Amino acid sequence: MPKVTYVQPDGTSRTVDATVGRSLMQVALDHGVDGIVAECGGNAMCATCHVYVAPERLDDLGPLCSDEEEMLDCTASPRAATSRLSCQLPVTEDLDGLVLRLPEEQL
Amino acid sequence: MTTGSSSETVLVAGGGQSGFQAAASLRDKGFTGRVVLVGDEPGVPYQRPPLSKAYLKGTAGEEQLRLRPEDFFAEKGIELVPGRVASVDRAASRVVLESGEELAYDHLVLATGARNRVLPVPGADLDGVLMLRTRDDADRLRSSLERASNVVVIGGGFIGLEFASHAGRPVTVVEAQDRLLARVASPEVSEFFKELHEKAGHTVLLGTGVTALHGDGHVSSVELADGSRLPADLVVVAVGVVPETTLASQAGLTVTNGVVVDEHLRTEDSKIFAIGDCANFPCVHAGAATRLESVQNAVDQARCVAAAITGDAAPYDSLPWFWTDQTDAKLQIVGILANADQTVVTGDRAEGRFSVLSFRDGVLIAVESVNRPPDHIAARRLFTAELRPSYADLEASSFDLKAHVKSRSAA
Repeated sequence: MPKVTYVQPDGTSRTVDATVGRSLMQVALDHGVDGIVAECGGNAMCATCHVYVAPERLDDLGPLCSDEEEMLDCTASPRAATSRLSCQLPVTEDLDGLVLRLPEEQL
Repeated sequence: MTTGSSSETVLVAGGGQSGFQAAASLRDKGFTGRVVLVGDEPGVPYQRPPLSKAYLKGTAGEEQLRLRPEDFFAEKGIELVPGRVASVDRAASRVVLESGEELAYDHLVLATGARNRVLPVPGADLDGVLMLRTRDDADRLRSSLERASNVVVIGGGFIGLEFASHAGRPVTVVEAQDRLLARVASPEVSEFFKELHEKAGHTVLLGTGVTALHGDGHVSSVELADGSRLPADLVVVAVGVVPETTLASQAGLTVTNGVVVDEHLRTEDSKIFAIGDCANFPCVHAGAATRLESVQNAVDQARCVAAAITGDAAPYDSLPWFWTDQTDAKLQIVGILANADQTVVTGDRAEGRFSVLSFRDGVLIAVESVNRPPDHIAARRLFTAELRPSYADLEASSFDLKAHVKSRSAA
């Protein structure tokens, strides 16, 4: 099972087993990782599952769709070039070792 | 953090979104007693919004629906009991399940949800007449769609229109009201969605009642109020829901359009709460007793009750918000749209990216955003920060919600 690491704004981190087929948002909720609010449950409606992806791994993720693109423009913490909505990122074997930084604020 | 005593039992009746969230939030809040979640659907609790969207289309599987994986429940000590609560003995603080099993509780959370309203016409029980509420329903609809030639959707609300959007073929939508989404949206938004569906190839019949469904065993046509018939071998009935209140009534609790609860979501029995689709609560945003059918309401009410049980009671005052996805349009609604007396449309209606701002007595009461997520988020910030703007405030910022939020934050 691929391992994914969520890094909190204070630098603490947790590495968890990510089930293939779940989204990176669901994986965070499954393991009780703080910092992912996921108010709409993963339907690209609330922008509260914002993450910053390690830049060198951006290409391992699928492209931004238009919904995600627009929602990223209204995240509570500033958008960066590495910003993604974790609800739109399905876990694949290729993501093993992925590191996600969590923003200061989600709401 | 305050926690319930370890000897207490919370029993949650209903394994949908609100029931699941109540159980999970109790653990989040450090509740150490027994948590029993009684649900009558197979498997672990799942979310419903994708059933009429990605799951219906087949782009999301069962894995994506699950709210948590199976081992989450064991880890958190949440007992999943398959079945249904048949009756409540309030004097003894005990429920009886349909299986005959008895369970004692210290707190009972009614999260029984709603059931689909049945179309009250002859032929509604024919084969090929389906509804959508559960994952099983969605599976059945998906396989029926593969075989169907003529699909008629009865009801132009969220579910009927989402089904039409994701059916992957032209369908006919029959709506008794004179506009689509009449119960939830403004006329401006209704008109936009009518055009949207017509552009997608669907036929939309408004102000059209259905008097009967015909067929020999399997449905073959839908008879309209004017006597004409639409050929149909798949009919999707989506004419709203009724709150599931049988248990509450049986227990002698007050039921009026849902289980009546106070601002803490408590029934008149202090040990019994009601949350989600089945609860009729005093809504500060509506200024009236209200029942809401939404994920946001289910989740936030569940959290509110978990907090109350763990000693952190606060009145329920969460901001209502709703969404729907249809063809290429995303509609997000904040607030309760009732008795608006002034309306402003901002953005680009022709491009299909606009928001409708509704006011009552000069105060903003609801914002509907079509393909304008920034407006939606800005509106939510304005509402929750108690900065609900007046018509005059917004007029000064040319009804630009984002600009208004910025100017207020800076002030």
